[in-house]
Parts: sequence; C-alpha cells; structure tokens
Amino acid sequence: MAETSPATRSKKAQVNIIGLTKSDYRGAPTTLCQGCGHNSISSQIVAACYELGIQPENVLKFSGIGCSSKSPTYFLSRSFGFNGLHGRMPSLATGAMFADTSKIGIAVSGDGDTASIGMGQFKHVMRRNLPMVYVIENNGVYGLTKGQFSATAESGLQLKGHGTNPYMPIDIAWEAVVGRATLVARSFAGDPKQVKELLKAAISHNGISVLDIISPCVTFNNRDDSMHSYAWGKDHEAPLHELSYVPSREDIMIDYESGEIIEVTMHDGSNIILKKLEQDYDPTDRSNILCMLEEANKKNWLVTGLIYIDTDQPTLFDNYNLTETPLNRLPTSRIRPPIDTINKVNEMMF
Amino acid sequence: MTLPQTLQKDHQIKQEGSIVNDFSITVGTVNGSGSQTSNLTILRALFKMGIPVSGKNMFPSNIQGLPTWYTIRVSKDGFLARRESNEIVVAMNPTTFAQDLESLTPGGAFFYPDDLKMKIDRDDVVRYPMPVKELVRDSNAPRSLQDYVANMVYVGVLAQILGIDLEKINLALDFHFRGKEKPIKLNFDLITAAFKWAEENLEKQDKYRIESMDATQDYIMADGNTAAALGAVYGGVHFAAWYPITPATSLAEALVDYLAMLRMDPETGKNTYAVVQAEDELAAIGMTIGAGWGGLRAMTSTSGPGLSLMTEFAGLAYFAEVPIVVWDVQRVGPSTGLPTRTSQSDLNFAHFIGHGDTQNIVLLPGSVNECFEFGWKAFDIAERLQAPIFVLSDLDLGMNQWMTNPFEYPDKPIDRGKVLWEEDLEDISETWGRYLDLDGDFIPYRTLPGNQHPESAYFARGTGHDEYAKYTEDADEYRDLIERLKNKYESARTHVPEPIIEQRDGATIGLIAFGSTDPAVKEACYILENEDVLCDYLRVRAVPFTKEVKDFIANHERVYIVEMNRDGQLHQLLVLDYPELSMKLISIAYLDGLPASAKQIANAIRNKELNKHG
Repeated sequence: MAETSPATRSKKAQVNIIGLTKSDYRGAPTTLCQGCGHNSISSQIVAACYELGIQPENVLKFSGIGCSSKSPTYFLSRSFGFNGLHGRMPSLATGAMFADTSKIGIAVSGDGDTASIGMGQFKHVMRRNLPMVYVIENNGVYGLTKGQFSATAESGLQLKGHGTNPYMPIDIAWEAVVGRATLVARSFAGDPKQVKELLKAAISHNGISVLDIISPCVTFNNRDDSMHSYAWGKDHEAPLHELSYVPSREDIMIDYESGEIIEVTMHDGSNIILKKLEQDYDPTDRSNILCMLEEANKKNWLVTGLIYIDTDQPTLFDNYNLTETPLNRLPTSRIRPPIDTINKVNEMMF
Repeated sequence: MTLPQTLQKDHQIKQEGSIVNDFSITVGTVNGSGSQTSNLTILRALFKMGIPVSGKNMFPSNIQGLPTWYTIRVSKDGFLARRESNEIVVAMNPTTFAQDLESLTPGGAFFYPDDLKMKIDRDDVVRYPMPVKELVRDSNAPRSLQDYVANMVYVGVLAQILGIDLEKINLALDFHFRGKEKPIKLNFDLITAAFKWAEENLEKQDKYRIESMDATQDYIMADGNTAAALGAVYGGVHFAAWYPITPATSLAEALVDYLAMLRMDPETGKNTYAVVQAEDELAAIGMTIGAGWGGLRAMTSTSGPGLSLMTEFAGLAYFAEVPIVVWDVQRVGPSTGLPTRTSQSDLNFAHFIGHGDTQNIVLLPGSVNECFEFGWKAFDIAERLQAPIFVLSDLDLGMNQWMTNPFEYPDKPIDRGKVLWEEDLEDISETWGRYLDLDGDFIPYRTLPGNQHPESAYFARGTGHDEYAKYTEDADEYRDLIERLKNKYESARTHVPEPIIEQRDGATIGLIAFGSTDPAVKEACYILENEDVLCDYLRVRAVPFTKEVKDFIANHERVYIVEMNRDGQLHQLLVLDYPELSMKLISIAYLDGLPASAKQIANAIRNKELNKHG
C-alpha cells in the first residue's frame, strides 16, 4: 500500500524521469537503532531507485532474518517483498524471480544471515547467477540477539559480555569471488555516495551482484578499534577507484586522459566509470582479485569499490527458454496441455 | 485402483491338476545385474496376455552387489497385493540361494543356474537347472554385456515352462528399449534360445501354468511417480524444485521429461515451466514457496528425510498462506531408516509439520491413477485455500509398476483461487488487505508480484502481521489471525477428495485404510467374507476428514484402522478428530518395510474378532 499517492503529492515536489517523487520510494519509518548503518543503506537504495527512475512496482524485495533483514520494510513500500527465513532468502528469491523474470530483485541480508546459517544458499545462488542485487549489511555481530560474534567478526575482537573472538573471520567479498558471483563489490555505510553508485551498477547488472557493505552496529560493535566500526572504516577505507555510474541515456561528459579510467558497459547500455586512484586495479581481471584482497588484509585496509565484474555470463534464466509473458500471467489455457494429448500419454504407458 | 472386473469371481480357467494364473513368482538376483529389465519384461508380457498382474521390487540401498528380489503375482481374480508365499522361485544369487529355496511352497518350481553348485535339500519341489553360462556364451552378446543379458535366460526358460507368450515378451522388450532394434534383438535372441533349450531339455513337472485372459485391456501399466508428475503437468505446474532422494527422485525426473514433451508453448516455442535441481531440500522448498508466492503453481517432491529438512519453510508457507504442493514419497524412517523400503509413517509429521499451531491438508492417493488425479487437484486446492498441500505417496506406489485405470483428463477447469490483478483492484470497492477476510470464508485475496497497481504490493513475512500484512505483535491481531487460519483449515473438509467406500450387505464392522494398502485391504475383506466376517471398507483420501468418515465410524460397531506404520498414526488422527467415537476405533498398524499383504491384515482382524468373542 503506497504511503503517498500521486494525487496527494505536492505539485512542487521534485520528480524523477518517470514522474515520481522520492517519497514514492520510501518505506515505513525504521525501527532499527538510531545511527545504524543499515538505515544509511536503506536511504541509498531509495536514492538509487529514485535516480534511476525505476517503477517501484517493478522491484521485488527479499530478506532473511536479523536486523538487516528487517530493513526492506524501510524502503520501497510500493514494491512487493518477502521477509523469509534465517539464511534462506536466496532460495525464496530464486523461486519468486521465476514468476516474472522482468522484475528487479533487491535482497538484503546480514553477515549472520549470509555467512553463518545461510552460507550454503549464498554460495548456490551465486553459482546460478540469479539476476538480483544481494546486499550484505555486514556489522560483525548478531544485533537482534544482543551482540554475539558473527562469522565475519575479526579474530581477537572483544565484545562486552562475549569475551574474545578466537576464530578467523569469513570474508564475504572473497567468498563471493571464489563463489563466482558476476559482480562483487565492497563498500562502507559511512561512504553513502559510493554505496549509491555501486547500487546503481548492481541494479543494472544482468546477473548476481554481491555488495558486501560494512554497516556499523552502533549498539554492539562500534568501538574505534573494531573492524566494523565507523571510526575504523573512516580511517582504513582504501577505495580501489572513484566510481561513477552513467545511465544509458546520458553521454559520458567527463573527459579523462587515456589510462586514467576503466569503462564497463553494462547489459542495459549504462556505463560504470572507474577513475584510477593510487594503484592500478582492473575489476574485469579475475586473476588479480585474491592477491589484492590478501594484500589489503595484511595492510589492514578496508578496500572498497568494484572488486569484480563480468557482464558476459549467462544468467539463471538464460537456461530456461521461458515465455516472454511472465509465467505468473500465463492464461490457464497455456499451462494445461490440450485434451487430445491425454490419449497419447496413456499410449506411452504400457 | 479399481480392481479388474474378474475380482471375486472364480475365473473359469481350470485344467486337471494344474493351477492357472494364480500364483507368485519371486526372482532373487544380485543388485545392478540388469535383472530389473528381465523382471519387468515378464511382468509386462503377462499384462499384455490379459492377466491381472502386479510386480514388487524388493531392492537394497545399493548400486551393485547386494541381494535383490522381485515378486510377480499373477491373479486371475484380480488380487494384486503382495503375497507371502512363492510358488515359483528363480535363484540367480548364490548368496541367497538357500534362503530362496526355503521360501518356496511345497510343490513349487525352483529355477537356478546349473553352474551354482549349491546343495538342494528339498524333495518337495520341482527343480529346473538352467545352463545360463553356456547359453550366454553361445549368444551373440558382446563380452561387456554378457553379465547383463544373463538374466534373460530365466525369462526364456520360465516362458517355456509356464507358457508365457514369446510375442508378448517381444512387445515388452520393444517398450523397454523404446523400439531400439539392437538391444531388443540381442535380448530376444537369448530368450528364444533359452526357450528352445527348455523345450528340448526340460520336462514340465510342476502344476503352475499361464494362460491368456482378457482382463487387462482397459488398463495401463505405470508407476505412481510418473503418474504424479503427469498429473502435475496437466495441473499446470509452472515451477518445481527438488533434491535427489529415493524413492522420490523418479517423480522429479518424470516431471522434467513430460514437461519438455507437453509444456512447450506451441505459439512461441518457449517453455511455460521451469524445474530447478536445488542444493538441498531446504532450498527446494524455499524456491517452491518463493514461486508459489510469486503466483506460480509450484511443487517439490521428496521423502521423509527431505521433509524433515523442509519443516521450517513448511511452517512459513502455512503462516504466510503461500500455496505450494509437496509430494512425499514415503520410505521407512526415522533418519536414513530403510531408504528402499515402503511405509506410511509420515502421516502425522506431514499433517502437523511446522512449529507452533499448524495443521496441514494432506492428500492420500491410493492408486497410480489417483496419483495422476491428485497431481492436478492438489494445485487447485492449494491455490483455492492458499495453503501448502502435502500429498503422501509411498515407495510401493511410487516406484513399482501397477496396472491401473488410464489417466483421465481433468474434469474441472484450473482454479487459480482468489487473485487480484490491476483491473480487479480498480473494480474492488472495499479496501484490499492481503490478510483481510472480505468474503467471510476465511480466505483472503492475494496479489501477485508484477502487479503494477500502486495499491497492490505487500510485504509477506513469517512474523506476526495484521490484515494489511503489516508487522504487529498485538495480542488480538495474532489471535484473530491464527483463529482464521484454523477456520480456513476446517473449511478444507468440503474441498478435499471424499473417501471411497466399499460395502457388504450385513456388515457391522468397518475397516479404514489409506494409500497403497488398498489392494491388500480389499483382498483381506474378501478372505474374511469367506469366513463370514463381513467388513465394510472406507479408504480415506485426505486429512482433514470429510463428513463421510465420521458417519462411517458412527454406523459401525467397531472399526479397524489398517496402516503401514508402528504407531497407528491414522488411528491417532481419527481419535483426535472424533473423541466421542474413539472407543470404536481399533488400530491395526504394522511396519516391516514390505508392502502390506492381505493375509497379514485378515489374520490381525480375525485375531481381534476371535478375542472379542472368545
């Protein structure tokens, strides 16, 4: 149910290319903690969809269980959504996306939901290349159950009431690369501009986009020395490049010297412009990724930006030769075989 | 299934001293040796000779090497349940040779390879040694195939000794090898050679004979998994997700085959369906629920262990009111249990699956034909009631070949239930809410993703929600919601298939059963009738029970509940539903992994009846 209908909207409100205001993309008021990184990400999802001029009815939202998974309520009220089970969002989304493959899937999960209970489904949805944006709001703790270590918490992290984490962390971006996701990025909720540009790129990507976004938990894991805190992120963020998303309808106006930028053309004709910073990094070259991530780990850098992209892989739906009409709109006459086939079927039995 | 018309009539085939079309053949072989082809060939040839016949594969959870048995029952009177006694035994496996010999009834015929130098210490049976090795050596079979075709020798020898029509054997081979000339010829040549050898070298000494009849022309032969898959295809299934598990695997595989054949859109050459092999059963049902929520006719198929894994998602489907169909081809559990043996022990589990207050609709097909029928009906019920529907088949029904009535085209149009698209939302005068009971029938209206109407979207969830699908922990809202779900479940009593009742004049005791025990129960009633114990028989086809079930219990002095599980699960459900009638209900539950036999059931009822009066 829309919160603001076009009729009640102020005539002065700014509208996007399809005539909708930003309110048409908002959700219910958040019930997460004030200052939670997840709220910042929700805002960027609203902004990205608004700026891209996406019809909210064309988005399907998915989530699992946890603080992160509550957040789809807080954006895109006019989009259908399904808040499923802990760690099982990918399967639910896979089935749902088959209903109408022209829709845009935006899924939100957390580090517990994805890297602990949901590791299996996370790996398999990447392997299938389900065209969907898969955001992991990664804060290193279980918030809803009051601050237990998650699988992405760094070894040695101390949390009040939970002692010291003895285990090595799981690196979601690394898992995504190894898991053959076709778009992998990492970002930081404290860098909203980059989050938004990455979201736009991910929405345009025809395949699975895994966005590992460090999203500090202000209540349970925000000490300055924690690797999922705002302070640590601000001090250690090392962007791979300056990233901007250029929609297909706009010309690329910025004038770069050759060798300074990498331009990636997306399936829908839009472009991602990656401006070189200190180091050379080509996100289309798989062979360098793990070295780069390993080096960043050693140097304690929070590497952000587009880590990997491959725009040429077939998606899950490319394997199914589905009708142009969405499956969920096929009339019953097209899903029940005609009556004259039944005799043929009986003859095929013995 | 409906039994052949010859049922209960003493068929007029008699010859001095011989027993015609009324005995069982058991073949003991080594798993993976190709014996299934031989056994199915015999079964199908007998069927094509017009003789009522059933075949049951008693196989181990193993690819190659362990003992396996196949029992064929020929019954001129149309009784097709498993029998305990074997009149004909073929012992191809040295490991079980002694055991197989022991299982033979006195006067029975014993066939065995003459190179097995095993002790035969019974004088009351007829021996037929077969020169398997020589016949195979003399055949044209390539060396690599010799072990596989060796089992064709007993097909030929049995055909000659018992009188199985070679032409019909050829038809069976043609079907099995899908018309491929080379394997048909290779196998048939060996069968013919064995037949000729038997003609020249063996003298018939036993009394068992096969003779053509005309009792099968109105039937087809198929397995329940194929039938279920075909039913789903005609039910308009859009989406299936599955994970391999015996004995459900062949259901999904049949679905893949028949969808490709029947559900390519003729206008566009595109598919109107998708099947995904998931990474596990959690993902399989997760995808199914996603698709069901998305407005697809969605299903998954599994067996007990897989159903266990689906529990949390099943609760979500119940609570979020997502229509899906789950086939459970039951095997023996708990845990891995006996993966290749049959049972009816998931009834209570499927019915109550999910945590919290859940009661699910369960359909119980009792024949291969009914697997087809419930294959399409399950979708109509699921979408009408916006609920997960569990269809319980079992290994015996699902994987064995049964003679059954031909599949009938659905007699009702597809019912997609209460769905609102853009124009419906324009037309609707009331405010729409996903969980708002507008019609007072406990079933709300749903919208589907892709709907462009700005009022159409809602956020589905497993958490507490109000009538507009908004999150709430309000006590009244929650109570109202689960009460509506309960009432919706109760309303299913008028949507699910009614029971099948078979009555006998003057019967005062009743018998209730479900699923694949049907032929054994029917035969048990016949046995008991001959002893003047008259039973009416009601076959339950769904939970919740329809009114007829209660009436049946009320109208009988006592009612025996027959089922293949340890704890009497159907009995338990009946007691829960009809506590006032519970003193009439007597459980006859039995499970050893083998399909039920009429003798077991008749004995159990006879004993209880004797104790009652004695």
